[in-house]
Amino acid sequence: MTTSFQHRCIVEIGGIPIAVSTGDLGLFGLIERRYSGFLSDSRPELEIELQRVEQPVSSPDEDVRVYREVEEWVLHRGDFRARWSPLSGQGTVRQNLNPYAFDSVLRILHSLLLAERHGFLLHAASVICDGKACLFSGVSGAGKTTLARLAPQEATLLTDEISYVRRAVEVYSAYGTPFAGELAQPGENCAAPVSALFFLEQGPENLVEELPAPEAMRRLMRNILFFADDPGLVENVLNTACDLVSRVSACRLVFYPDAKVWDVVRQFQGLPAYV
Amino acid sequence: MSETYITRSSAIAARMLAGEMMVMNSVDSTFFTLNPVATAIWQAADGRTPLREIVRTKICEQFDVDPMQAEKDAQEFVTDLSQHGILLVSSEPFPDTAASTRPEEKP
Repeated sequence: MTTSFQHRCIVEIGGIPIAVSTGDLGLFGLIERRYSGFLSDSRPELEIELQRVEQPVSSPDEDVRVYREVEEWVLHRGDFRARWSPLSGQGTVRQNLNPYAFDSVLRILHSLLLAERHGFLLHAASVICDGKACLFSGVSGAGKTTLARLAPQEATLLTDEISYVRRAVEVYSAYGTPFAGELAQPGENCAAPVSALFFLEQGPENLVEELPAPEAMRRLMRNILFFADDPGLVENVLNTACDLVSRVSACRLVFYPDAKVWDVVRQFQGLPAYV
Repeated sequence: MSETYITRSSAIAARMLAGEMMVMNSVDSTFFTLNPVATAIWQAADGRTPLREIVRTKICEQFDVDPMQAEKDAQEFVTDLSQHGILLVSSEPFPDTAASTRPEEKP
Protein backbone atom coordinates (compact mmCIF):
# COMPACT_ATOMS: atom_id res chain seq x y z
CA MET A 1 0.00 0.00 0.00
CA THR A 2 1.40 3.44 -0.89
CA THR A 3 1.68 6.19 1.72
CA SER A 4 1.72 9.43 -0.29
CA PHE A 5 -1.99 10.23 -0.35
CA GLN A 6 -2.94 13.68 -1.54
CA HIS A 7 -6.60 13.65 -0.58
CA ARG A 8 -8.29 12.20 2.47
CA CYS A 9 -11.63 12.51 4.18
CA ILE A 10 -13.51 10.61 6.87
CA VAL A 11 -16.98 9.26 6.14
CA GLU A 12 -18.85 8.46 9.35
CA ILE A 13 -22.08 6.48 9.10
CA GLY A 14 -23.78 4.94 12.12
CA GLY A 15 -21.01 6.15 14.41
CA ILE A 16 -18.31 4.22 12.51
CA PRO A 17 -15.73 6.58 10.96
CA ILE A 18 -13.95 5.31 7.85
CA ALA A 19 -11.05 7.25 6.33
CA VAL A 20 -11.05 7.34 2.53
CA SER A 21 -7.84 8.28 0.74
CA THR A 22 -7.05 8.61 -2.93
CA GLY A 23 -4.54 10.25 -5.20
CA ASP A 24 -7.25 10.81 -7.81
CA LEU A 25 -8.84 14.24 -7.55
CA GLY A 26 -11.89 13.28 -9.62
CA LEU A 27 -12.66 10.31 -7.42
CA PHE A 28 -12.05 12.34 -4.26
CA GLY A 29 -14.43 15.09 -5.41
CA LEU A 30 -17.09 12.50 -6.13
CA ILE A 31 -16.71 11.02 -2.62
CA GLU A 32 -16.74 14.43 -0.92
CA ARG A 33 -19.91 15.50 -2.73
CA ARG A 34 -21.77 12.24 -2.30
CA TYR A 35 -21.07 11.94 1.43
CA SER A 36 -20.99 15.64 2.28
CA GLY A 37 -23.52 15.23 5.09
CA PHE A 38 -21.52 12.38 6.62
CA LEU A 39 -17.98 13.81 6.70
CA SER A 40 -16.45 13.98 10.14
CA ASP A 41 -13.19 14.60 11.95
CA SER A 42 -13.49 11.58 14.22
CA ARG A 43 -10.58 9.20 14.58
CA PRO A 44 -11.14 6.57 11.86
CA GLU A 45 -11.61 2.90 12.66
CA LEU A 46 -10.77 1.87 9.10
CA GLU A 47 -8.50 3.25 6.38
CA ILE A 48 -9.57 2.66 2.80
CA GLU A 49 -7.39 3.56 -0.17
CA LEU A 50 -9.28 4.20 -3.40
CA GLN A 51 -7.54 3.43 -6.66
CA ARG A 52 -9.08 4.58 -9.89
CA VAL A 53 -9.13 2.32 -12.92
CA GLU A 54 -10.55 3.41 -16.26
CA GLN A 55 -12.22 0.19 -17.29
CA PRO A 56 -14.60 -2.05 -15.36
CA VAL A 57 -12.49 -4.34 -13.21
CA SER A 58 -14.31 -7.39 -14.58
CA SER A 59 -17.53 -8.24 -16.40
CA PRO A 60 -20.06 -5.43 -15.76
CA ASP A 61 -22.72 -8.05 -15.04
CA GLU A 62 -20.75 -9.86 -12.35
CA ASP A 63 -22.79 -10.33 -9.17
CA VAL A 64 -21.48 -9.24 -5.82
CA ARG A 65 -19.27 -11.77 -4.00
CA VAL A 66 -17.98 -11.41 -0.48
CA TYR A 67 -15.64 -13.98 0.99
CA ARG A 68 -12.77 -14.36 3.38
CA GLU A 69 -9.27 -15.02 2.06
CA VAL A 70 -6.89 -15.82 4.93
CA GLU A 71 -7.28 -12.77 7.18
CA GLU A 72 -8.82 -10.42 4.61
CA TRP A 73 -12.31 -9.87 3.32
CA VAL A 74 -12.53 -9.79 -0.46
CA LEU A 75 -15.40 -7.92 -2.11
CA HIS A 76 -16.03 -8.34 -5.85
CA ARG A 77 -18.50 -6.98 -8.33
CA GLY A 78 -18.27 -6.00 -11.99
CA ASP A 79 -17.47 -2.39 -11.10
CA PHE A 80 -15.14 -2.84 -8.12
CA ARG A 81 -12.57 -5.04 -6.45
CA ALA A 82 -11.95 -4.45 -2.75
CA ARG A 83 -9.94 -6.03 0.03
CA TRP A 84 -10.14 -5.22 3.71
CA SER A 85 -8.30 -6.62 6.70
CA PRO A 86 -10.23 -6.54 9.98
CA LEU A 87 -6.92 -7.03 11.81
CA SER A 88 -5.09 -4.01 10.42
CA GLY A 89 -8.25 -2.00 9.69
CA GLN A 90 -6.84 -1.19 6.24
CA GLY A 91 -8.20 -1.89 2.81
CA THR A 92 -8.10 -0.99 -0.87
CA VAL A 93 -10.81 -0.44 -3.45
CA ARG A 94 -10.20 -0.46 -7.21
CA GLN A 95 -12.99 1.15 -9.19
CA ASN A 96 -13.69 3.55 -12.02
CA LEU A 97 -15.25 7.00 -11.68
CA ASN A 98 -18.63 5.65 -10.62
CA PRO A 99 -20.35 6.73 -7.39
CA TYR A 100 -22.38 3.53 -7.08
CA ALA A 101 -19.30 1.31 -6.81
CA PHE A 102 -18.01 2.91 -3.61
CA ASP A 103 -21.56 3.16 -2.27
CA SER A 104 -21.84 -0.62 -2.59
CA VAL A 105 -18.43 -1.15 -0.98
CA LEU A 106 -19.50 1.01 1.97
CA ARG A 107 -22.77 -0.95 2.36
CA ILE A 108 -20.93 -4.27 2.38
CA LEU A 109 -18.26 -3.03 4.79
CA HIS A 110 -20.89 -1.71 7.17
CA SER A 111 -22.91 -4.92 6.94
CA LEU A 112 -19.78 -6.85 8.03
CA LEU A 113 -18.92 -4.38 10.79
CA LEU A 114 -22.49 -4.27 12.09
CA ALA A 115 -22.73 -8.05 12.29
CA GLU A 116 -20.18 -7.87 15.10
CA ARG A 117 -21.87 -4.92 16.78
CA HIS A 118 -25.47 -6.08 17.24
CA GLY A 119 -26.69 -4.41 14.07
CA PHE A 120 -27.53 -4.78 10.41
CA LEU A 121 -28.51 -2.92 7.27
CA LEU A 122 -32.13 -3.33 6.25
CA HIS A 123 -34.08 -2.66 3.05
CA ALA A 124 -36.24 -0.06 4.72
CA ALA A 125 -37.04 3.61 4.87
CA SER A 126 -36.59 5.12 8.31
CA VAL A 127 -38.06 8.30 9.67
CA ILE A 128 -37.89 10.06 13.05
CA CYS A 129 -41.14 11.41 14.49
CA ASP A 130 -41.26 12.95 17.98
CA GLY A 131 -37.81 11.61 18.78
CA LYS A 132 -38.60 8.00 17.84
CA ALA A 133 -37.59 6.16 14.69
CA CYS A 134 -39.95 4.03 12.62
CA LEU A 135 -38.65 1.54 10.09
CA PHE A 136 -40.70 0.82 6.94
CA SER A 137 -39.36 -2.32 5.35
CA GLY A 138 -40.09 -3.94 2.03
CA VAL A 139 -38.69 -5.03 -1.29
CA SER A 140 -38.43 -2.71 -4.27
CA GLY A 141 -41.88 -1.39 -5.14
CA ALA A 142 -43.33 -1.98 -1.67
CA GLY A 143 -43.59 1.75 -1.04
CA LYS A 144 -40.51 2.80 0.94
CA THR A 145 -39.87 5.91 -1.13
CA THR A 146 -43.60 6.68 -1.38
CA LEU A 147 -43.94 6.62 2.39
CA ALA A 148 -40.82 8.78 2.81
CA ARG A 149 -42.22 11.29 0.31
CA LEU A 150 -45.50 11.46 2.22
CA ALA A 151 -43.76 12.03 5.57
CA PRO A 152 -44.91 15.19 7.37
CA GLN A 153 -42.63 18.23 7.39
CA GLU A 154 -41.92 17.75 11.08
CA ALA A 155 -40.44 14.31 10.44
CA THR A 156 -36.73 13.68 9.86
CA LEU A 157 -35.85 11.34 7.01
CA LEU A 158 -33.00 8.95 7.82
CA THR A 159 -33.18 7.09 4.49
CA ASP A 160 -35.73 6.03 1.90
CA GLU A 161 -33.81 2.87 0.97
CA ILE A 162 -31.26 1.33 3.38
CA SER A 163 -31.80 1.64 7.12
CA TYR A 164 -28.93 1.39 9.56
CA VAL A 165 -29.92 -0.39 12.78
CA ARG A 166 -27.58 -0.88 15.70
CA ARG A 167 -27.97 -1.73 19.37
CA ALA A 168 -26.39 0.56 21.94
CA VAL A 169 -26.63 -0.78 25.48
CA GLU A 170 -30.22 -2.12 25.56
CA VAL A 171 -31.77 0.07 22.89
CA TYR A 172 -31.85 -0.33 19.10
CA SER A 173 -31.33 2.90 17.22
CA ALA A 174 -31.76 3.82 13.57
CA TYR A 175 -29.09 6.04 12.05
CA GLY A 176 -29.26 8.26 9.00
CA THR A 177 -27.50 6.99 5.89
CA PRO A 178 -26.38 8.50 2.60
CA PHE A 179 -27.79 5.40 0.85
CA ALA A 180 -30.69 6.87 -1.10
CA GLY A 181 -33.35 5.15 -3.16
CA GLU A 182 -35.69 6.67 -5.73
CA LEU A 183 -35.86 9.86 -3.68
CA ALA A 184 -32.21 10.48 -4.65
CA GLN A 185 -31.76 12.37 -1.39
CA PRO A 186 -29.42 11.34 1.42
CA GLY A 187 -30.83 10.97 4.90
CA GLU A 188 -30.14 13.29 7.79
CA ASN A 189 -27.03 12.43 9.76
CA CYS A 190 -28.68 11.74 13.12
CA ALA A 191 -30.18 8.84 15.08
CA ALA A 192 -33.10 7.90 17.31
CA PRO A 193 -34.31 4.80 19.19
CA VAL A 194 -36.38 2.44 17.05
CA SER A 195 -39.99 2.35 18.27
CA ALA A 196 -41.68 0.29 15.54
CA LEU A 197 -40.93 -1.87 12.54
CA PHE A 198 -43.52 -1.84 9.75
CA PHE A 199 -43.57 -4.24 6.79
CA LEU A 200 -45.10 -2.43 3.84
CA GLU A 201 -47.88 -3.52 1.53
CA GLN A 202 -49.88 -1.18 -0.67
CA GLY A 203 -53.65 -1.59 -0.59
CA PRO A 204 -56.99 0.20 -0.90
CA GLU A 205 -57.03 1.46 2.69
CA ASN A 206 -54.75 1.98 5.67
CA LEU A 207 -54.41 -0.87 8.13
CA VAL A 208 -51.93 -1.78 10.86
CA GLU A 209 -51.76 -5.34 12.13
CA GLU A 210 -49.29 -6.55 14.75
CA LEU A 211 -47.32 -9.63 13.74
CA PRO A 212 -46.32 -12.58 15.91
CA ALA A 213 -42.55 -12.74 16.42
CA PRO A 214 -41.89 -15.71 14.05
CA GLU A 215 -43.79 -14.04 11.20
CA ALA A 216 -41.97 -10.77 11.88
CA MET A 217 -38.70 -12.70 11.68
CA ARG A 218 -39.65 -14.26 8.34
CA ARG A 219 -40.30 -10.82 6.91
CA LEU A 220 -37.30 -9.19 8.56
CA MET A 221 -34.79 -11.78 7.36
CA ARG A 222 -36.00 -11.34 3.77
CA ASN A 223 -34.96 -7.69 3.93
CA ILE A 224 -31.67 -7.73 5.81
CA LEU A 225 -28.63 -7.01 3.64
CA PHE A 226 -25.95 -9.55 4.31
CA PHE A 227 -23.54 -10.88 1.75
CA ALA A 228 -20.91 -13.03 3.45
CA ASP A 229 -21.01 -16.80 3.97
CA ASP A 230 -19.39 -16.60 7.39
CA PRO A 231 -21.15 -18.86 9.95
CA GLY A 232 -20.14 -16.73 12.93
CA LEU A 233 -21.41 -13.49 11.42
CA VAL A 234 -24.59 -15.15 10.15
CA GLU A 235 -25.27 -16.35 13.67
CA ASN A 236 -24.74 -12.82 14.97
CA VAL A 237 -27.19 -11.40 12.43
CA LEU A 238 -29.79 -14.04 13.29
CA ASN A 239 -29.43 -13.35 17.01
CA THR A 240 -29.65 -9.59 16.51
CA ALA A 241 -32.78 -9.93 14.36
CA CYS A 242 -34.45 -12.19 16.94
CA ASP A 243 -33.53 -9.75 19.68
CA LEU A 244 -34.96 -6.79 17.75
CA VAL A 245 -38.35 -8.41 17.11
CA SER A 246 -38.47 -9.39 20.79
CA ARG A 247 -38.06 -5.78 21.85
CA VAL A 248 -39.77 -3.70 19.16
CA SER A 249 -43.35 -3.81 17.86
CA ALA A 250 -43.41 -5.38 14.42
CA CYS A 251 -46.45 -4.84 12.21
CA ARG A 252 -47.84 -5.26 8.75
CA LEU A 253 -48.74 -1.84 7.36
CA VAL A 254 -51.16 -1.92 4.46
CA PHE A 255 -51.39 1.60 3.11
CA TYR A 256 -53.06 3.70 0.48
CA PRO A 257 -50.50 6.21 -0.79
CA ASP A 258 -51.69 9.48 0.67
CA ALA A 259 -50.59 11.48 3.72
CA LYS A 260 -53.28 9.98 5.98
CA VAL A 261 -51.13 6.88 6.39
CA TRP A 262 -48.91 8.92 8.69
CA ASP A 263 -51.83 9.51 11.05
CA VAL A 264 -52.28 5.74 11.23
CA VAL A 265 -48.59 5.30 12.00
CA ARG A 266 -48.70 7.96 14.71
CA GLN A 267 -51.86 6.58 16.27
CA PHE A 268 -50.27 3.15 16.41
CA GLN A 269 -47.44 4.68 18.42
CA GLY A 270 -49.85 6.46 20.75
CA LEU A 271 -49.11 9.86 19.22
CA PRO A 272 -51.80 12.37 18.14
CA ALA A 273 -52.58 12.65 14.44
CA TYR A 274 -51.10 15.63 12.59
CA VAL A 275 -54.43 16.89 11.28
CA MET B 1 -35.50 -52.03 6.94
CA SER B 2 -32.60 -49.56 6.82
CA GLU B 3 -32.50 -46.71 9.28
CA THR B 4 -32.12 -42.99 8.63
CA TYR B 5 -29.84 -40.88 10.82
CA ILE B 6 -29.86 -37.11 10.81
CA THR B 7 -27.59 -34.39 12.15
CA ARG B 8 -27.49 -30.66 11.77
CA SER B 9 -25.06 -29.02 9.36
CA SER B 10 -22.28 -26.99 10.96
CA ALA B 11 -22.93 -24.21 8.42
CA ILE B 12 -26.15 -23.05 10.00
CA ALA B 13 -27.22 -20.76 12.79
CA ALA B 14 -30.35 -21.51 14.79
CA ARG B 15 -32.33 -19.85 17.51
CA MET B 16 -35.66 -20.51 19.20
CA LEU B 17 -38.23 -17.70 19.10
CA ALA B 18 -41.76 -17.95 20.47
CA GLY B 19 -41.80 -21.76 20.18
CA GLU B 20 -40.50 -21.89 16.61
CA MET B 21 -36.94 -22.60 15.53
CA MET B 22 -35.35 -19.95 13.32
CA VAL B 23 -32.68 -21.49 11.09
CA MET B 24 -30.34 -19.70 8.71
CA ASN B 25 -27.91 -21.30 6.30
CA SER B 26 -24.67 -19.33 6.22
CA VAL B 27 -23.71 -20.64 2.79
CA ASP B 28 -26.58 -19.09 0.85
CA SER B 29 -28.36 -17.04 3.57
CA THR B 30 -31.60 -19.00 3.13
CA PHE B 31 -33.83 -18.70 6.16
CA PHE B 32 -36.34 -21.21 7.54
CA THR B 33 -38.73 -21.26 10.45
CA LEU B 34 -39.66 -24.66 11.81
CA ASN B 35 -43.06 -25.40 13.35
CA PRO B 36 -43.18 -27.17 16.73
CA VAL B 37 -43.16 -30.70 15.22
CA ALA B 38 -40.27 -29.89 12.90
CA THR B 39 -38.49 -28.19 15.79
CA ALA B 40 -38.78 -31.37 17.87
CA ILE B 41 -37.17 -33.39 15.06
CA TRP B 42 -34.51 -30.74 14.62
CA GLN B 43 -33.64 -30.73 18.30
CA ALA B 44 -33.40 -34.52 18.36
CA ALA B 45 -31.12 -34.68 15.30
CA ASP B 46 -28.06 -35.90 17.18
CA GLY B 47 -26.64 -38.08 14.40
CA ARG B 48 -27.03 -41.24 16.47
CA THR B 49 -30.76 -41.68 17.07
CA PRO B 50 -32.63 -43.25 14.12
CA LEU B 51 -35.29 -41.00 12.61
CA ARG B 52 -37.93 -43.66 13.29
CA GLU B 53 -37.01 -43.56 16.98
CA ILE B 54 -37.18 -39.76 17.00
CA VAL B 55 -40.66 -39.86 15.47
CA ARG B 56 -41.82 -42.44 17.99
CA THR B 57 -40.44 -40.75 21.11
CA LYS B 58 -40.46 -37.06 20.24
CA ILE B 59 -43.42 -36.75 17.91
CA CYS B 60 -45.99 -39.48 18.51
CA GLU B 61 -45.70 -39.23 22.29
CA GLN B 62 -45.84 -35.44 22.41
CA PHE B 63 -48.16 -34.52 19.54
CA ASP B 64 -51.53 -35.90 18.58
CA VAL B 65 -50.51 -37.45 15.26
CA ASP B 66 -51.00 -40.72 13.41
CA PRO B 67 -47.67 -42.68 13.58
CA MET B 68 -47.68 -43.63 9.88
CA GLN B 69 -48.45 -40.08 8.83
CA ALA B 70 -45.86 -38.70 11.28
CA GLU B 71 -43.14 -40.89 9.80
CA LYS B 72 -44.07 -39.92 6.26
CA ASP B 73 -44.11 -36.20 7.16
CA ALA B 74 -40.78 -36.55 8.98
CA GLN B 75 -39.17 -38.16 5.93
CA GLU B 76 -40.42 -35.33 3.72
CA PHE B 77 -39.19 -32.72 6.19
CA VAL B 78 -35.76 -34.36 6.40
CA THR B 79 -35.49 -34.63 2.61
CA ASP B 80 -36.46 -30.98 2.20
CA LEU B 81 -33.97 -29.67 4.75
CA SER B 82 -31.18 -31.92 3.51
CA GLN B 83 -31.68 -30.55 0.00
CA HIS B 84 -31.07 -27.09 1.45
CA GLY B 85 -27.95 -28.25 3.27
CA ILE B 86 -29.55 -27.71 6.68
CA LEU B 87 -29.63 -31.36 7.77
CA LEU B 88 -27.17 -34.11 6.93
CA VAL B 89 -28.67 -37.55 6.30
CA SER B 90 -27.03 -40.97 6.41
CA SER B 91 -28.00 -44.63 6.65
CA GLU B 92 -25.28 -45.02 9.32
CA PRO B 93 -24.89 -43.17 12.61
CA PHE B 94 -22.70 -40.08 12.29
CA PRO B 95 -19.35 -40.15 14.10
CA ASP B 96 -19.26 -38.15 17.32
CA THR B 97 -17.17 -35.39 15.75
CA ALA B 98 -19.91 -34.52 13.23
CA ALA B 99 -22.53 -34.21 15.94
CA SER B 100 -20.27 -32.38 18.34
CA THR B 101 -19.39 -29.62 15.84
CA ARG B 102 -22.98 -28.63 15.16
CA PRO B 103 -23.98 -25.20 16.49
CA GLU B 104 -26.05 -25.03 19.66
CA GLU B 105 -29.32 -23.23 19.15
CA LYS B 106 -29.97 -20.50 21.65
CA PRO B 107 -33.17 -20.06 23.60
